Amino acid sequence: MFEVIFLQFLNGLDKGSAYALIALGLTLVFGTLGVVNFAHGALFMLGAFCAVLFRRILTLETVTIDPEKLSPWGQPLEIREPLVQAWFGEFGAVLVNYSVPISLLLAIPIMLVIGISMERGLIKHFYKRPHAEQILVTFGLAIVLQELIKAGFGPNPIPQPMPENLRGAADIGSWLGMQANVITYPWWRLVYFLFSAAVIGAVFCFLQFTTFGMVVRAGMADRETVGVLGIDIDRRFTIMFGIAAVVAGMAGVMYTPLLPPNYHIGMDFLVLSFVVVVVGGMGSLPGAVAAGFMLGILQSFASMTQVKAIFPGIDQIIIYLVAVVILLVRPRGLLGRRGVMEA
Amino acid sequence: MSILKRGVSRRRVLRTGMAGILATGVSPMIISKGAWAQDFCNNPDVTGKVVFGLNLPLSGTYAEEGADQQKAYQLAIEHINGEGDGGLLNVFQPSALTGNGILGKKVEFVTSDSQTLSDVARAGATRMIERDGAIMISGGSSSGEAIAVQSLCQELGVIFMAGLTHSNDTTGKDKRRYGFRHFFNAYQSGIGIAPVLAQAYGTDRRAYHLTADYTWGWTQEESIRDATEALGWETAETVLTPLGAGDFSQFLTPVLNSGADVLILNHYGNDMVNSLTQAVQFGMRDRQANGKNFEIVVPLFSELMAKGAGDSIQGIFGTSNWHWNLQDEGSQAFTRSFGAAYGSPPSQAAHTAYVQALLYADAVERAGTFYPPAVIEALEDFEFDGMGNGPTLYRGSDHQCMKSVLVVRGNDNPSSEFDVLEVVQEISREDSSYDPAIFGGELGSAEPVPQCA
Repeated sequence: MFEVIFLQFLNGLDKGSAYALIALGLTLVFGTLGVVNFAHGALFMLGAFCAVLFRRILTLETVTIDPEKLSPWGQPLEIREPLVQAWFGEFGAVLVNYSVPISLLLAIPIMLVIGISMERGLIKHFYKRPHAEQILVTFGLAIVLQELIKAGFGPNPIPQPMPENLRGAADIGSWLGMQANVITYPWWRLVYFLFSAAVIGAVFCFLQFTTFGMVVRAGMADRETVGVLGIDIDRRFTIMFGIAAVVAGMAGVMYTPLLPPNYHIGMDFLVLSFVVVVVGGMGSLPGAVAAGFMLGILQSFASMTQVKAIFPGIDQIIIYLVAVVILLVRPRGLLGRRGVMEA
Repeated sequence: MSILKRGVSRRRVLRTGMAGILATGVSPMIISKGAWAQDFCNNPDVTGKVVFGLNLPLSGTYAEEGADQQKAYQLAIEHINGEGDGGLLNVFQPSALTGNGILGKKVEFVTSDSQTLSDVARAGATRMIERDGAIMISGGSSSGEAIAVQSLCQELGVIFMAGLTHSNDTTGKDKRRYGFRHFFNAYQSGIGIAPVLAQAYGTDRRAYHLTADYTWGWTQEESIRDATEALGWETAETVLTPLGAGDFSQFLTPVLNSGADVLILNHYGNDMVNSLTQAVQFGMRDRQANGKNFEIVVPLFSELMAKGAGDSIQGIFGTSNWHWNLQDEGSQAFTRSFGAAYGSPPSQAAHTAYVQALLYADAVERAGTFYPPAVIEALEDFEFDGMGNGPTLYRGSDHQCMKSVLVVRGNDNPSSEFDVLEVVQEISREDSSYDPAIFGGELGSAEPVPQCA
């Protein structure tokens, strides 16, 4: 039984990593700009498609016809050779093998530009409008981005292989002194958890230990006073929007080997992440992270056969059930600021 | 005041009344059966066009199958209209098709994206019948869609030639007079795969089922469980998973310490690609359980899914309705046509779509009319050959095609990107046949012809 519980706990950490990363950006935008950004899931999706795009570039091929061989339908066979490997040999093969982590280098600047453009081009015009209008316009933007990706990449999921040496499972049981193969867990899911922890840690350190971060925190607490001091807080908040987009994009890139991305992947995560933000407390960064992991773990345990035998279908509703209870008992969320969402 | 007091006799009232009753009610049934027969939904003699309504999952969990089906329907319509190389028209026997459309009219088509959702599929079919004038509806890659659309077609009096649907219910408890299925079913998968599993993995096994939570998943799990338990296998656990779950990790981890030594994935399309790939990531194919190698079985899969799953599919057993590498004349003709048109071999979904379109067209030609009851009569108990599955019977009692089915395995050493499956065994029509009464259901009536608008 211990093994089953431990594995579900690991699953919860894994799910929670994705929820926390998306919710972190969502709550960062709400905390700084006061905007409920329903296009945040689309940023996760765009990040995932940065990985797809990078791999497509790496796997561009030359096509030559071999007149001596025939295809199964009787036409001359096409011989395809990847260009990167033809040009760079062994190094090209390494690039293709590690295309997902390397595509982070492509995704970071792209997502920063997309985030800043989105804020300057559209969202800044809605700062003083009601939340309902912000939700409508950002949701509309998410649908437009989805449809653009669907038009460019098609409706089907596009598999992204993980690096070969990270395929298969780690024998965690043997690390803990147990028998071999009692507790095994996929390497890439462990990598994803560690990656999430590193990104979350970096965002917190950035806000906590840099002057930029200190000004942003001051602006979150009292925007007007910071403005009176002669600091251009709007510019910093715009950059924070870009950083939130980068965090969502990186989460999307690294998730692609776990779930082949399609145009809809962001929307699948958005609703859950929004619930995570509400449970954690709108605008609270530690709240978003804590709620992300908590709900991921709860969802994982709720899907255990033993639990479902007592409460059939509980795995499908557990997150929403917890959200309802928390909002009834503590409307501002687990770590939310007093007064926010309590009215 | 009585009408009779104004000079109208009782005899005259009775005579006029009887004449009225005869004129308005009874005479259509007596005077001309043919006139009634022409009054049916989207009669091409009235609308002036023959439109096939293609209900395809172009997005959602089964989108790849939908895209391949669309290609096949387009090819079939080209061939019916006398364009291209003719495809299976050259080898299908007995055939009344002339390559000049159907009854001299060129075939057109409209499509609707069913999104792999039953309610969307039903709404799409309604739109194609009522707005676009479809005389026949075909397509679908999910049994949920097929059953929903089949029931609608029965209500509206439009023939439904099902695409990829594998649930026992489609031609079992939910069968309809207006619905016809060429694809095989879960029960036949069980008949086919069980002896192969016994030979490969023995008769002392404990199986854990993960099952898509809708009609197809339920009937497949039941059929495979019955077939494997008959071998002596034990069923450790059966767990339902939501359609389109994406991440199956929470369902896969309990398998690891369940005491099972076989995982049976009753998933299809993207669900199967995800669950199989993730099961392999969890190290299931490298495990030992109960002193045996841990094995994974996917009772139904296609070459499209095998391609999506990549290396993970190698050595995995399953069943298929058809495979492009079969060496009979029909399979080769279809593979040549499809490959030349689209640059890849056809999938089983494409094959069944193509065959269904041709079978409908042929039945109309043989009936000499589009009148649905006559077409239904032409399809029921129709024996044919040359379509790629050997001699085939469209069984009249349940509208299920009886033909050979294939046991397949993921190819360990693929010679090309298309060479992902190998046929392990061909189960003959005799061996895969069963008594239709075991699934119950009623076909319902073909007459009187209902009206669609």
